[in-house]
Amino acid sequence: MKIIGYLIQKEFIQILRNKAILPMMTILPIIQLIVLSNAASNEVKNINLVIVDQDFSEYSRLLTSKVNSNERFTLKLATNNQNEAMEAIQANEADIILTIPAKFERDFLKAQSPALQILVNAINGQQATVGAGYLTNIIGSFNQDISSEIIRIPEGPRIGSISLESRNWYNPEIEYSHFMAPGILAELTALLTIVLSAMNVVRERELGTIEQINVTPIQKWQFILGKLVPFLCVGLVLLTVGLIASKLIFDIPMLGNLGILFGYAVINLIAVLGLGLLISNFADTQQQAIFVAFFFILIFVLMCGLFTPIDSMPKWAQILTIPNPLAHFISVSRKVLMKGGGLLDIRKEIIYTIFLAIIFNSLAIWSYKKQS
Amino acid sequence: MSELVIDVNNLTKKFNDFTAVDSISFYVKKGEIFGFLGANGAGKTTAMRMLTGLSKPTSGQALVLGLDVNSSADRIKKGIGYMSQKFSLYNDLTVKENIRFYGGIYGLSRAQIKSKTEEILEELSLKDVAKKLVSELPLGWKQRLSFAVAMVHDPAVVFLDEPTGGVDPHVRRQFWETIYEQASRGKTIFVTTHYMDEAEYCDRLSIMVDGKIGAMGTPGELKEHYSTDTMDDVFLKLVR
Repeated sequence: MKIIGYLIQKEFIQILRNKAILPMMTILPIIQLIVLSNAASNEVKNINLVIVDQDFSEYSRLLTSKVNSNERFTLKLATNNQNEAMEAIQANEADIILTIPAKFERDFLKAQSPALQILVNAINGQQATVGAGYLTNIIGSFNQDISSEIIRIPEGPRIGSISLESRNWYNPEIEYSHFMAPGILAELTALLTIVLSAMNVVRERELGTIEQINVTPIQKWQFILGKLVPFLCVGLVLLTVGLIASKLIFDIPMLGNLGILFGYAVINLIAVLGLGLLISNFADTQQQAIFVAFFFILIFVLMCGLFTPIDSMPKWAQILTIPNPLAHFISVSRKVLMKGGGLLDIRKEIIYTIFLAIIFNSLAIWSYKKQS
Repeated sequence: MSELVIDVNNLTKKFNDFTAVDSISFYVKKGEIFGFLGANGAGKTTAMRMLTGLSKPTSGQALVLGLDVNSSADRIKKGIGYMSQKFSLYNDLTVKENIRFYGGIYGLSRAQIKSKTEEILEELSLKDVAKKLVSELPLGWKQRLSFAVAMVHDPAVVFLDEPTGGVDPHVRRQFWETIYEQASRGKTIFVTTHYMDEAEYCDRLSIMVDGKIGAMGTPGELKEHYSTDTMDDVFLKLVR
């Protein structure tokens, strides 16, 4: 045990003397948090709309102004020429074309159910679906408005209609940053620690100091533990800095017990560090280590549920997220911070992560060769 | 007959098709300064790495301190010191921190580390720079410190891989004085070098040629055998 103490002490001295690590732990995550949480938004706020009005009726004008008054839509062009509208979408100036056909009002009043056409530029799938959804909603309510205006006949009991009212739980105002910041924080913490740990051992190999350690009677698990503990602390400092920054800047909710979040972070960081150390055992140079680390980082980030919900991935991809410690970290940080989740709510993540921690670290110890 | 500290029989190391060390056999007695010579790439470092447990022998047997390198590498490590060709103290730690770290991982007690640190700083007259980063020291000082750190746990035998590469003649002399002093205390020194004047300081020598031991004996015996006056000529005759 005493031997590990000396290893940890040495590592801490080196970390604190390293001029690159301190800013990496403090300034970089804050910048990333600010930039990413604001920029990496899936919200569809600005949809460029073209309205092709071939009816020139009261209703068509009413619909146009109704759509136009919605702040998410910008009316780029109002025309009666379908070709002109198509050109706008070709030129990428428009996202959606709404065509109001001739005789729209007349058919409507005759109860002949006229059809409107929505053409969506689906290059950006998300923008398309969400935008079309908004537009459909607006048209639906327009439909109701004019219907109730016309049909005044039933004087007896009014026919009940179902109305939906949705409330957004856990993030009532749908603040995107409340949703992104905890995820990005988890991502940053995991990524920095994986890179630091992967690079560290390889650096010792490059410098040749690892050989001096390998001629000592030190045990493999002692060496790995001596690397793990200091970087675990670095990760926790980073998480703390990030949490404080997110609270101050975005006022993110912190409903759950922060102790649970940190407790889980410890397990998660141990898993991630184990992977970093494992990578470093297979790399001879820092360059190799960073390439391999990048391979994992890319997969982890794109499949962690930060940008695309895991639930909407195909089944096989969902299974692939199980060995992704980042996915669990993000899920836990959202559950704890936004939903106020307790230990029971995150038990699945805890179990998976403990497994990952054991597997990665056992492999790291096993693959660390004191002898060539 | 005095005790054998190193006893090697038909030790071989192959890297795929290449045989770096080809069935070498030799022994080193307690308290000897054993010079391990050879051209670049002759297999000296590989042989040394096998003896220190850094490399696994392909075949053959090697006993260090009476223990088999194949089965008791960890026990051997407690009793040996190693100074690699590449400077391998931590440049971003101070002199004192390096001594404390290596003392610590060899399992010395706090008091032992303290007295050992005093002793090393005193002997190498590094007191004034004890709190300086090792990277700031001149090469000669670094090498002497490396040697001292390799001896921090009082090993019975110490392996030095080209310890004086690139240092000035004055420091080399100082270095060899330290080696002699350690040998006189009963330590066994196993040293590789490219300096033939240093070879003369050794009790016994072996010269490796293409993975094999080309010649072995005291410097005097070797010069006599090859009927030359200097070790330089012995070396050149063998290597050519």
